[in-house]
Amino acid sequence: MYRYDDFDRQLVQERTEQFREQVKRRLAGDITEEQFRPLRLMNGVYLQLHAYMLRVAVPYGTLRADQLRELGGIARKYDKGYGHFTTRQNIQYNWPKLDEIPDALLDLANVEMHAIQTSGNCIRNTTTDQYAGAAADEIEDPRPYCELIRQWSTFHPEFTYLPRKFKIAVTGSPNDRAAVKVHDIGLRMHQNDAGETGFEVIVGGGLGRTPFVGKTVRDFIGKNDLFSYLEAILRVYNRFGRRDNKYKARIKILVHEEGVEEIQRLVEEEWAQIKDGSLRIGDDEIAQYIEQFAPPAFEPLSDDDADFERHKAENRGFSNWVRSNVIEHKQPGYAIASVSLKPIGGIPGDATDVQMELVADLSEKYSFSDVRVTHEQNLVLPHVKKADLFALWTELDKANLGTANLGYVTDIIACPGLDYCALATARSIPLSQRISERFGDLDRQHDIGELKIKISGCINACGHHHVGHIGILGLDKRGKEFYQITLGGDASENASIGKIVGAGFSEAEVVDAIESLVTKYIDIRDAGERFIDTYRRVGTDPFKEVLYGDR
Amino acid sequence: MSLQVVTANRLDDGLVVFLTADGGWSENIHDSRVADGKEAAAVLLKEASAPELDVVIVGPYLIDVEQGDGGLVPTKYREVLRTKGPSVREDLGYQAV
Repeated sequence: MYRYDDFDRQLVQERTEQFREQVKRRLAGDITEEQFRPLRLMNGVYLQLHAYMLRVAVPYGTLRADQLRELGGIARKYDKGYGHFTTRQNIQYNWPKLDEIPDALLDLANVEMHAIQTSGNCIRNTTTDQYAGAAADEIEDPRPYCELIRQWSTFHPEFTYLPRKFKIAVTGSPNDRAAVKVHDIGLRMHQNDAGETGFEVIVGGGLGRTPFVGKTVRDFIGKNDLFSYLEAILRVYNRFGRRDNKYKARIKILVHEEGVEEIQRLVEEEWAQIKDGSLRIGDDEIAQYIEQFAPPAFEPLSDDDADFERHKAENRGFSNWVRSNVIEHKQPGYAIASVSLKPIGGIPGDATDVQMELVADLSEKYSFSDVRVTHEQNLVLPHVKKADLFALWTELDKANLGTANLGYVTDIIACPGLDYCALATARSIPLSQRISERFGDLDRQHDIGELKIKISGCINACGHHHVGHIGILGLDKRGKEFYQITLGGDASENASIGKIVGAGFSEAEVVDAIESLVTKYIDIRDAGERFIDTYRRVGTDPFKEVLYGDR
Repeated sequence: MSLQVVTANRLDDGLVVFLTADGGWSENIHDSRVADGKEAAAVLLKEASAPELDVVIVGPYLIDVEQGDGGLVPTKYREVLRTKGPSVREDLGYQAV
């Protein structure tokens, strides 16, 4: 995994000290809130409903054991014993005190972490496939490129005051687990006809109040040219992106208003001028970064492990967990194990200090100290020997971390919603808890199969409701919480934006409405169809009918 | 009759506070000074927005309240949550005390 060099270390430490001074000046009254607000936001500090919130970056969702242990420690020392993993593979603390945040940032800096690029109109923390470097289906580990994007984008002087925030996601696999088509820039690794590996460049995707699936501006850009090409896109956006209206300032609006052909023309024109400059990365440099993410020292193992098979046969809980939470690894004898942060009836994405420390310990014991955060708000131990899976599950299960529900109806994405967020219009978490309880029976979840429910507590769509197979948007209707349902969204390589199915539902009605949709799907599905497949085959009408009848 | 109080977040710890009768800030909405009517509310907000309070609180604003059996209650659920804490963690926030 990437380790800071002296430059990174100095940069983060100096930033921490700068912020300490800024906080001191704010508390002394030397600067006003108006002056301080942009400074705190550039350091990940928001003011939310009940208190300050500190959002810490987990670059491309990759953590070492010592880093996750520190995140647990920070939860205990500066917060109330827990943290919340977000849809951007970051972690948020909900109760830090302003005057203690500089100390928390120093503790983070000591484990090569920070809160930079978690707020403000800059290029935000880059996200990627949580199974990077482990997935059997990947072309190449995308993280070396993510790290290069991090270095290129951090404090980029030209792109610190963009029209609006800017999010880049990368997938190294044809099976997109990073939702790249709903990002400002999505990079999909693939090979061209000459057999070279590079990226399809997708621009202008996004969620929020105006959702779009991104459009391809270039089918293929070679690795050496990736950074100059990104720079060209950002320059076009920085120059032409709207600054007159916050809600029309994202690049998706520019792409929509100008058309992808015009954006393509502008980007290519800009790129022609800079492509042979300093941003062209040589093969040697790329090789150095690939080396930083070299696979761990895997043992040569058979892919068949008799003890693993025996435990599966003897222990139903374990076999259920393997069925949903364990997937194939590229290395024989190893597997990728997901740690669900969605216990039945629990709060999606929340983990206690003790749980974080436990997963850190388990990653040291079983996964080469490597942990991942997923945009679906779970954790992953990416490199576990099949022979160790039973011991791992046993320890996870004791800590309420062994829930066997990955990809099922109870593996719900939910933003913090009105319980924490100052922007929210309705609560998300209690609804996710009630849906989770309603469908908690595991046999029922198996019967339903893959079903992605995503809940946002406002139109900003942090809960990705637009790309939920079933999406739920919480609104305020004359002072009451009110939930609008969308159907047919998809965040994968077949990305689509869900359609609003009809009038919304009250808090009391909405779980029944979801259940009737699921029941309808079970009634009409063909063999082997997931909810999204059935929806695509039959369209909205049968589902509409079950919700509204003749209404 | 519309009753309003001023709320804000405290600068140092970010916690929710309410403007009190003596010009201080309390964590308890029941200690709030209540404005009855638009003019009184404007006076209250002006007081809470004094530049010298910029080192005490952040973002003061008026909220609608009603006089309930147990004291003042915000009319909007968002503000009810601010007086209590997250509905999903009753062990946290003012409700836990």
